[in-house]
Amino acid sequence: MFRLENVQKIYSRHGTAVTAFQCSSLSVATGAYVAILGPSGSGKTTLLSLLGGMLSPTQGRIWLGEQSVYDLSVEQRAKLRQEWLGFVFQTFNLVPYLTALENVQVPLCLAGEAAEVQRDKATAMLRRFGMEERLLHKPRELSVGQQQRVALARTLVSNPPVILADEPTGNLDPESRELVLNSLSECHHEGKTIVMVTHDPVAAERAERTVQLIAGELRDGGETTAMRSVA
Amino acid sequence: MRLTSLVWKELRERPSAMLTSGLTILLGVAAIVAIRHVTVHAEGEVSRQLATLGANILILPRDASLQDYYAADQSGKTLPEEHVSEVFFAGLTGVEKVSPKLSVPAKLSGQAVTLTGILPQSEFKTKVAWQSVSLFAPKKHDGCQRVKSAADEDQSPESLVKNRSIEQLQKSEVVIGADIAQRTGLKPGGKASLLGEMFSVLAVLPATGTVDDGRVFAHLHTVQRLAKTGEVVNAIEIVGCCEDAAGDLVPQLGKLLPGAKIVTISQVVQTQVGVNRLIGKTSWFVLAVLVTIGCATVAGAIAANVRERRREIGTLMALGATPRFVSRMFLLKALWLGLGCGTAGSLIGIGLALCLGPLWAGVAIQPLPGLSILAVVAASGLAIAAAYWPARQAAKLDPCVCFQEV
Repeated sequence: MFRLENVQKIYSRHGTAVTAFQCSSLSVATGAYVAILGPSGSGKTTLLSLLGGMLSPTQGRIWLGEQSVYDLSVEQRAKLRQEWLGFVFQTFNLVPYLTALENVQVPLCLAGEAAEVQRDKATAMLRRFGMEERLLHKPRELSVGQQQRVALARTLVSNPPVILADEPTGNLDPESRELVLNSLSECHHEGKTIVMVTHDPVAAERAERTVQLIAGELRDGGETTAMRSVA
Repeated sequence: MRLTSLVWKELRERPSAMLTSGLTILLGVAAIVAIRHVTVHAEGEVSRQLATLGANILILPRDASLQDYYAADQSGKTLPEEHVSEVFFAGLTGVEKVSPKLSVPAKLSGQAVTLTGILPQSEFKTKVAWQSVSLFAPKKHDGCQRVKSAADEDQSPESLVKNRSIEQLQKSEVVIGADIAQRTGLKPGGKASLLGEMFSVLAVLPATGTVDDGRVFAHLHTVQRLAKTGEVVNAIEIVGCCEDAAGDLVPQLGKLLPGAKIVTISQVVQTQVGVNRLIGKTSWFVLAVLVTIGCATVAGAIAANVRERRREIGTLMALGATPRFVSRMFLLKALWLGLGCGTAGSLIGIGLALCLGPLWAGVAIQPLPGLSILAVVAASGLAIAAAYWPARQAAKLDPCVCFQEV
């Protein structure tokens, strides 16, 4: 699904070049569930932004399927995100002035779906996450766990084949964390490709493969315990 | 959900952020629409007056102002009545009618009125016949092309309002203005007591919307006698046979009456036209200032809105919003701001003009739909233009700010 070839991202700050990320080669197969582990500032979010087509690499190429992501125009990359990628954010990033239902409708609205279809799909997705009683609540009226459930519903409502999750369990209580991880596992079982950035070893254990990111460089961590036990 | 509902919900959630810029647009449009309404109608009124009055000339006391004349000549400043005869018998080319006026305050049925003494034209004809001096009779201006209208031929008392003179008026008769007639209920043939003397009402003048509506006209010599002013007048109106003649007459009258002030009604009207033009130009200056302030506040408000919504913009972009979608979000907001506040401002401006126009400029105002629509369109266009740059900046935002600015 993803292929990185000699990718390097260098930030220039106050005349000093800082290498935020570099990788000679990395492949993520279709349907894989990969956890990228690393301490703060190791370049995890930079990698996720690079994969998401939101941050041009200083050098190298990133492939999504047969398409070189950064050979596309800005508009085309936006369309690519719309059709292929679903993001899960650590801080949920719900739109504060929209209700839970409207927040979930946003990706469908961007894809140009009819209002009725948007409403039906969003309602069904929120029901799946047990949020049918909170459809018309604004984010500030929801608990942290409920907000993450709405955010997950928003990610999955357009049925993207790839999910990029940035510390999805970082702010959650154990119960909500379990719900999120279960949802990601469910998506994996449905055949979606998942790349999850985390520094939570427990969350990483749910993936089938881990990649260590240390000081901007990737090291394959191999199969997780969960995968080994399955095997 | 659509782009419009996304914009509407955001606008409803944070109305105060847009309030200042909206208020600027509203006040700007209201001011411009009100000023332009008054100016346009005032210009129309001046044109109408110019067409009606023709080539009239005013002879006023040297220290009297035009305001004194328009305030029904009650300044107390006077000219000797003999100037009337001097003008009439000077044989000046182009003089068609001479109409002296003396105005004094009086009370009619307990109400304050202006009693204006006028000299009927029949008395001039009598003087000419009596003196047998055709030599002194006014000569027609050589190049005069003016065609006499039906109004010129009209010798009824009501023609006073158009011809500025009356053919016949007995010393015990009065002609009353429309407002006075309405207030006192007097009709032709009725009796009116003024300055202790009883008069019979010869006619009621049609409403003109001028100071004449509030006047009572009586014979000049009667007014002089009752007011004990002696043989004086406040003003002498001269109707020239045409505009050219009036132009030539002014210097001749100046030589003839060196102690008097000679002005043409055209000058008065031109002064008014000049004032209107000045107001018009000022309104464009005000417009320029308001446009600048309005654009700056809209641009500032949208830029601030972009800044505070960086994370939201980043999230939308991560979810697949194209840069075009993002910029349209802000441009649509600006369009609604311009459209909403422009329309409200336009309606307020029309309301102000309708209320204040008669007070400021003495003209009745009719709403000008074209001007109002233009103001709304301009406000919307300017709001979009002002929002263009911040909207473009929003569209260019790096989407990964939503990850970094946590």
